[in-house]
Amino acid sequence: MKLGKVGLILAMAAAAALMVVTADAGPEIRIGSKKFTESVILAELASKLCASAGANAVHLPGLGGTRFLWDALLAHEIDVYPEYTATLREEILAGERIAGEGGLETALAKRGLRMSRPLGFSDSYALGMMPQKAQQLGITKISGLAPHHSLRFGLSDEFINRADGWPALRAAYQLNPADVRGLDHDIAYKGLAEGAIDVIDLYTTDAEIGYYGIQILDDDRHVFPANEAVLIYRAELEQRAPKAIQAMRRLEGRIGNAAMRSMNSAVKIGRRSETDVAAWFVAANFGVAEAGSTDTLAGRLLRRTIEHLRLTLLSLAAAIVIALPLGIIAARRPKAGQAILALVSILQTIPSLALLVFMIPILGIGAPPAIAALFLYSLLPIVRNTASGLSSIPLSIRNSAIALGLSPVRCLQLVELPMASPAILAGIKTAAVINVGTATLGALIGAGGYGQPIFTGVRLDNFGLILEGAVPAALLALAVQGLFELAEHYLVPRGLRLRRETPP
Amino acid sequence: MIRLDNVSKSYGGSIIIDSVSLTIPGNQTTVLIGPSGAGKSTVLALIDGIEAPDSGTIMIGCDPLTPGSAPQLRRRMGYVIQDGGLFPHLTSRQNIDLMAKEAGWPLLQRRARVDELCALTRFPANALERYPAELSGGQRQRVSLMRALMLDPPILLMDEPLGALDPVIRAELQDDLKAIFSRLTKTVVLVTHDISEAAFLGSTIILMRAGHIVQQGHFRDLVARPGDPFVSQFIHAQLRRLTTMNEGAMQSFLRHR
Ligand SMILES: Nc1ncnc2c1ncn2[C@@H]1O[C@H](COP(=O)(O)OP(=O)(O)OP(=O)(O)O)[C@@H](O)[C@H]1O
Ligand SMILES: [Mg+2]
Repeated sequence: MKLGKVGLILAMAAAAALMVVTADAGPEIRIGSKKFTESVILAELASKLCASAGANAVHLPGLGGTRFLWDALLAHEIDVYPEYTATLREEILAGERIAGEGGLETALAKRGLRMSRPLGFSDSYALGMMPQKAQQLGITKISGLAPHHSLRFGLSDEFINRADGWPALRAAYQLNPADVRGLDHDIAYKGLAEGAIDVIDLYTTDAEIGYYGIQILDDDRHVFPANEAVLIYRAELEQRAPKAIQAMRRLEGRIGNAAMRSMNSAVKIGRRSETDVAAWFVAANFGVAEAGSTDTLAGRLLRRTIEHLRLTLLSLAAAIVIALPLGIIAARRPKAGQAILALVSILQTIPSLALLVFMIPILGIGAPPAIAALFLYSLLPIVRNTASGLSSIPLSIRNSAIALGLSPVRCLQLVELPMASPAILAGIKTAAVINVGTATLGALIGAGGYGQPIFTGVRLDNFGLILEGAVPAALLALAVQGLFELAEHYLVPRGLRLRRETPP
Repeated sequence: MIRLDNVSKSYGGSIIIDSVSLTIPGNQTTVLIGPSGAGKSTVLALIDGIEAPDSGTIMIGCDPLTPGSAPQLRRRMGYVIQDGGLFPHLTSRQNIDLMAKEAGWPLLQRRARVDELCALTRFPANALERYPAELSGGQRQRVSLMRALMLDPPILLMDEPLGALDPVIRAELQDDLKAIFSRLTKTVVLVTHDISEAAFLGSTIILMRAGHIVQQGHFRDLVARPGDPFVSQFIHAQLRRLTTMNEGAMQSFLRHR
């Protein structure tokens, strides 16, 4: 039967997609990074060094916030990610009141984790001014701000609200400015450069510091704790991939504030990819050359297309296998049908991002939770169209099939499914097209695909990168649409098309 | 022979067939006639086992019809449903030989049988590869009939096979059907609204009204010895108009000569 053929083709394509992605050698090391440039660069550096030691390093870039990566590390879903000592001490392990570096290491060891030595730079809060203004007022240190009540402060909301941020700073330096406003961090930079505000908060490695030539004010009363970058990783990695760990730890003490700032700036302002910048850094500092890099546009596109197709095909194939029988049951038994349709409709109302996140505790991160979420999304259109296609078959047709002597199963195969095939195909098409679009969100949980450049581009405000994902995604959706229209032509029995063309 | 004993059927509380008993003789044509909604189609559906009676028994030959035996007994019956019930996604030929294919008939045997039926029903062979949507109303009726006859069942149930056809085709098909019936000697149960068609095709006529049998007999009996005022009313309602109109037409025909 023809619909069976479609299922078979889809299943084979899905299996092929699965195989392509699983071939590689060496111990696998999964490296995560947070959703900002610096973290992505650090993870990329670590991944390049691991790869140079023969490991199969997989970087899952921009996965989420601190909590997300910490949980992923504890859950064995990733093996390594870049973190900051103050974040560890005051945010993640805040309940344990850890003093000193030794304390931190013990606390991590209790959880089966290890920490590298500091990588060199400290990513702390600081205050900055434009140099002209600072010189004019003779300010070089934060304590120098106190007498100037008329200075306009533009501070990020997070900084204003954190106990160790503005409140602590204000108390320690007796600052009492007349004008303090909460601003978006990026806007604050622009405002400072244009002279609309005088003082902003910043991170010491922000790319914009160099770009705008901002002067950093010395924290002379040491209010801001040092916040040194480290790599934290699962302890068993030292047995499983000792060489890779050794290679990765070559980063210790090698990245100074200036180096980090210039790498951030190369990405955020110079519009280069994190991969590029990291490759340049390891080549310059450790003599590690890119081995078999696929980072040409064609290579990236191919890799992402395979990832994207794998997500959509596997989820769609699974959805067809499950949704067709559900649709048939729904058409046969109205009571059960209502329950089934209600259930798959509820699934549809869950926001896609939330559904992806729900999947993580069950399936971890990467492709499996994304495929599961896409699968759940694809159910409704297929179940609904199958059920409505079957129930719209006139009673006289069903009766004459029974009267002819067809068994219920043969009646379904020979008469009902072919007659419902236009509706069923339309349902599968809807599911596939939605699937191609929604699969871009998979990049948020490390599933790769076209969403990867889109979200990196959004993070970096890089329109070119966004297009690199959005254009192929749109083309793929169009191709899927076209493919199904072709399939419709070939699969829908001609007698049915006739009937639709010449209304009775 | 088909027998119904005290058969009742109701849908959603309203009684559609009310304790009907009747015997349909074998090897001849019986016509079920009556006003719309009388329950004619329901009687056919009951005989074919598509619907199960609420009470009463139905015998097909010597075998009682039950939900269990229906699939088996159905093989003895060809059923042309009220609006044909052709499968729109299959060509005429595929519609006709679907069951033979299911039964495992070889291709050549199927072809031969379809050719035979085309000749019998005077269906143009070149229309066999067309879909139902590409056929005229009369051709569709012929395909339905061929499909019902394909496996040569001894019983043929036909629900208004000539409904919705223009008078010329209808008369032509009536002639064809009569010829086919007399050639095949099957037990035929045919439903119609039209008393002249009933008289022309049926040896026995069963007049139904509101789920009851009003009278069963030859056309002559119904005209000569109506068992109920409704019988003459029903027969004359159709015949009288025809005669008066015929008279008028005849007179004007004569005048214009
Ligand atoms: N599946 C059903 N559900 C509910 N009511 C039904 C069903 N089938 C038939 N009926 C009702 O039963 C009555 C008899 O229907 P039936 O089709 O047997 O009439 P009929 O004599 O064949 O009429 P017609 O000449 O118009 O075809 C009608 O009132 C019809 O509405
Ligand atoms: Mg009827």
